[in-house]
Amino acid sequence: MTLLNVQNLTVKRGECPVVDRASFNISSGECVGLIGPNGAGKTSLLRGAMGLLPFEGTSTLADLSPRHRAAQAAWLPQTREIAWPMSVERIVALGRLPYLARGARLSPADQSAVDAALTRMGLQNFRTRLATALSGGEQARVLIARTLAQDTPLLMADEPIAGLDPAAQIATLQVFETLAQEGRAALTSLHDLTLAARYCTRLIMMRAGSIIADGPPRDVLTPDSLADVFRLKADVIDTPLGLVVQPWGVIA
Amino acid sequence: MKLFGALMVLTLAMFTASLFVGYAAIPVSEGLAALLGLGDPLFVTIMQDIRLPRALLAAMIGASLGLAGAAMQGFLRNPLAEPGLIGVSGSAALGAVVALQTGFASAFFLALPVTALCFAAIGVGLILVLAGPRGSSLTLILAGIAVSAFAAALTSLALNLSPNPYAASEIMFWMMGSVANRALSHVWLALPIMALGWAALAGLGRGLDALTLGEDAAEAMGISLSRLRLQLLFGTAAAVGAATAVAGAVGFVGLVVPHILRRFAEGRPSTLLWASAIGGAAMVLAADLATRLVLPERDLKLGVVMALIGAPLFLHLIYKTRREIT
Repeated sequence: MTLLNVQNLTVKRGECPVVDRASFNISSGECVGLIGPNGAGKTSLLRGAMGLLPFEGTSTLADLSPRHRAAQAAWLPQTREIAWPMSVERIVALGRLPYLARGARLSPADQSAVDAALTRMGLQNFRTRLATALSGGEQARVLIARTLAQDTPLLMADEPIAGLDPAAQIATLQVFETLAQEGRAALTSLHDLTLAARYCTRLIMMRAGSIIADGPPRDVLTPDSLADVFRLKADVIDTPLGLVVQPWGVIA
Repeated sequence: MKLFGALMVLTLAMFTASLFVGYAAIPVSEGLAALLGLGDPLFVTIMQDIRLPRALLAAMIGASLGLAGAAMQGFLRNPLAEPGLIGVSGSAALGAVVALQTGFASAFFLALPVTALCFAAIGVGLILVLAGPRGSSLTLILAGIAVSAFAAALTSLALNLSPNPYAASEIMFWMMGSVANRALSHVWLALPIMALGWAALAGLGRGLDALTLGEDAAEAMGISLSRLRLQLLFGTAAAVGAATAVAGAVGFVGLVVPHILRRFAEGRPSTLLWASAIGGAAMVLAADLATRLVLPERDLKLGVVMALIGAPLFLHLIYKTRREIT
């Protein structure tokens, strides 16, 4: 089932297109990684597709009313913001907000979604801690748990594993992988190419606002594309545990 | 719920004290009868025409300022925000000063508050034009600062050009803020406008909760930020504009009350909204009581007492926050 269809999406900053006629499809069961160097337009593509930025072209998510969109796709912004000293559980419970009537309390179903999200991110013991008193990486996990509590078919995340310790990075991507296996989908931008190759079913590669490759990690990550897009001298090694991208230099 | 109960008890206690503390010592039983129009006609006049409007106005103004302060802090995600930030109170004060300066204030009974209200509306209109329909919170703050500064400049100009020292001191005294010598008609003028403001602000809870995670996340959770902003502006303008129009400028309530109560509201902006409304009422009632208990013969002004209470409280909070951070 198609969860997101984007056609000829163009996002302009002033006159300059930061995303240039991008088209792609996300179906259930997919964990899609969005890769590209800094400034390639990954964030603008994701925000445009959510309808959070003015854009040209079409996106099935942006066409929905805000309420329906919130039930269809959860969005994890790159900037991690927790403005007030609230408990971890309360922050995660904000993910249920789109389903709550004005002033209503959490129903048992809402509470179980919150519990499941806390468990998935390994935050059971953090429930009553103040989210603002946690470390940056822990806050990042709390915010990921918030998007999981929203319990949507599609999860869109902007660099969710930046600043996490290696175990938490892998655990987070495993959660995304599990979501895909459960018949949902995740679209996430990342910079760790080896992790992207290992946990994503598909990669979309961007350069200067355009999608230049879209397919299985093995096809997208080649020494040529890494040199061309990332200016990297790198080997792509096939190991029994999956692809390993080993950069060993920068092309001047 | 415990918080709600505690704040309600506190506010009701302050309200009752406000009714029964004053220059004329009226026994509680006779005072209650007088409120209903029974007994000594002098007591009836004091209770119905002097103390009841005063207590009601103090509670209404406190609730307006507390609620607007909590909403403004929640929207800007900044504990230093206060309702005066968007220039409504400055504009309303300017209106009142113009009415006093030109003598229009004595044209008819409620001429002063009505002029102040009109100026508050103009101030909000200017902010809307300046900040644009879907600007960020930064443009809103900048527009607010511009309007406040302009209103303050014009207020100074009015003082500068005041025809005689009496007019100048009348203006000065009015600007210090007070709920003394107000009539029930002041209540009836302010209440409907404030109630509209309260309704608009009380409806912000959901959006403010979502905004805890930032503007992008809130919008993705189905919150319309431009609508939220309009509702906040309208609500603050109505509640704070009406408060300033009948009582003059009373500072610190909108800043300090949400700050004190945030911990008890467990940080939730939606809980903090109604908590700050009730807490604000209690605080202004207490400050007004203080004006009557401390130096009763010198006519202390509410705004002055409020600032005297508010500033040290705020310093204490800063000190505590500093210790928590290090």
